[in-house]
Amino acid sequence: MRNNAGRTEERLIDIVNGWIAREAPLLPILNEVQASFGHMPENAAEVIGRALNLSRAEVHGVISFYHDFRKEPAGRHVLKICRAEACQAVGGREMADHFKRLLGLDWHETAADGSVTLEPVYCLGLCACAPAVMLDGEVIGRVDAERAEEIVHEVRT
Amino acid sequence: MSVTIWVPADSGAKAVGADRVARRIAEVAVARGLDVTVRRNGSRGMMWLEPLVEVETAEGRIGYGPVKPADVEGLFDAGLPAGGAHALCIGRPEGHPFLARQSRLTFERCGIIDPVDLDGYRAHGGLSGLERAVAMPAAEIVREVTESGLRGRGGAGFPTGIKWKTVLDAEGPQKYIVCNADEGDSGTFADRMIMEGDPFVLIEGMAIAGLATGATKGYVYLRSEYPDAARVMNRAIDAARAAGVIGRSVLGSGHAFDMEIRIGAGAYVCGEETSLLNSMEGKRAVVRAKPPLPALKGFLGRPTVVNNVISLASVPVIMAKGAAHYRDFGMGRSRGTIPIQIAGNVRHGGLFETAFGLTLGEIVEEIGGGTLTGRPVKAVQVGGPLGAYFPPSLFSTPFDYESFAAKDGLVGHAGVVVFDDTADMLEQARFAFEFCAVESCGKCTPCRIGAVRGTETIDRIARGIEPEKNRAVVADLCQTMKFGSLCALGGFTPYPVMSAMTHFAADFAPRPVREAAE
Repeated sequence: MRNNAGRTEERLIDIVNGWIAREAPLLPILNEVQASFGHMPENAAEVIGRALNLSRAEVHGVISFYHDFRKEPAGRHVLKICRAEACQAVGGREMADHFKRLLGLDWHETAADGSVTLEPVYCLGLCACAPAVMLDGEVIGRVDAERAEEIVHEVRT
Repeated sequence: MSVTIWVPADSGAKAVGADRVARRIAEVAVARGLDVTVRRNGSRGMMWLEPLVEVETAEGRIGYGPVKPADVEGLFDAGLPAGGAHALCIGRPEGHPFLARQSRLTFERCGIIDPVDLDGYRAHGGLSGLERAVAMPAAEIVREVTESGLRGRGGAGFPTGIKWKTVLDAEGPQKYIVCNADEGDSGTFADRMIMEGDPFVLIEGMAIAGLATGATKGYVYLRSEYPDAARVMNRAIDAARAAGVIGRSVLGSGHAFDMEIRIGAGAYVCGEETSLLNSMEGKRAVVRAKPPLPALKGFLGRPTVVNNVISLASVPVIMAKGAAHYRDFGMGRSRGTIPIQIAGNVRHGGLFETAFGLTLGEIVEEIGGGTLTGRPVKAVQVGGPLGAYFPPSLFSTPFDYESFAAKDGLVGHAGVVVFDDTADMLEQARFAFEFCAVESCGKCTPCRIGAVRGTETIDRIARGIEPEKNRAVVADLCQTMKFGSLCALGGFTPYPVMSAMTHFAADFAPRPVREAAE
């Protein structure tokens, strides 16, 4: 355990050092920590705060502000479903319900087998080829019931 | 002789299979022993035709769309490399009515060039605005932009030249250009399209802004939901720096201007400029009270231009062709062109750049071709999640800042989302409150608490609990949010809510009555 925590701290400090000479480094540091660890490690606020001369509370306040920063790692796949108006206009609500039923998950939940995390997103900029989803950073537009089933099959296997 | 075939890498095209089509074209060409080069462009903005494949021929480019991977063999059978006839052929894209009717100034090159090929950018007229700017005194550049009549395309419509003048006249050891690329409004994708399709025009616009104001450092604050745009922008910035377009000496002028991308972390409110600045500074992205203006005390407390992507990307053409050329488009106090984004339940969705002044009805019915489902249009939301819902009875409203304001609406970032007659406007009003509650930064009470109470009150109306009284509560709440919120998130949420209640009163009747009527 001790070793793990030590390794996490080392990795956090490496990330901080990559940005510390730049202007306003905290946001890019947090983005890189999220990308590198897949979530915000428990000691992230403390370690980063110490390096940047900020209180743990200040860093925690920033981390907790944003939707992108996770307390827990996500599933192996992350499926983001657009809930915004342009998608609503072409059946986005029904599409979201269909995904929820197929996956047996509600927003922000991760499947028990760790295969997938389901998340809402408010606009992917694919408003003229809606409804749209993002699977592991790849965009998919004009999602119909059949495509939804293919996507669910893909994340389950 | 090698034939060049273009397949868009715009994420709107990728979302409907452009990468698979590009791979398939390369495979089939190899299998048939044909000398074909597949290149990637941005999108022309005709999203219903994506993936739109274009082949270079002696007669110009010939387009085919929408192409599925399974269509590729048949296209080659029909003589694709020579622009052969096929059911998917649309002829020359420039001749397509959707493009032919447009006035493309800002999006002149988008969908035509390879986004990260600087030589291609230059060959299509790129950098001529910056070349002119480096030879001008800063105040002259500001005057040119002011005279063009360009107003902030992010939604607020503030005159760009006046903002620049404030920063030029401000004293500070370091000034900044911050590009607001936090395009979170549903129904809008113009920023994404230009960053993925012609990133150099944004870089050029930011460099000109730097020369005009004395800012030597630029940042693009780009939302994390746009990873493709971030990749393209980063490659373009590297290419521009390597070629001396930006860096220690912009085009050899001796003036420095460099820039980098900063990625957001998923917060709609960061599209508000003061929240964006706090986010960039590594603080909680709560809204700041104004004054002080960001132009005087912006990023790190220093003079900062905060402009939307499209505002900055419109500057190169203004500098290249002169203020008068740009100003001659448009009407009233809305000068130049606006990239209208037609989206939602619409047949011909996409990006339509045109002078201000088309009516909403022309945009929805003529250009958009009506609904995708073929059902009657019920409502059109203009200006994103904080924009008003317009009924067809207001379709004569001209598309410009003042006319929309006069009808209790806003142009915003010029997104137009079409809904057919199956839309439930009570649900849309509820969503506006719910979205505001999810995305509120929490700093001011009307927004933080009003949005939650609004959602609950709409739910009571839906259940038929004292509907008249609760409609009055919603109206009162909207009044408080509109005038008591610190920024547009709480302040404009009343637009969709009140427009839905005003123009679609039947949807707010108690549920049992509505069900009986159906």
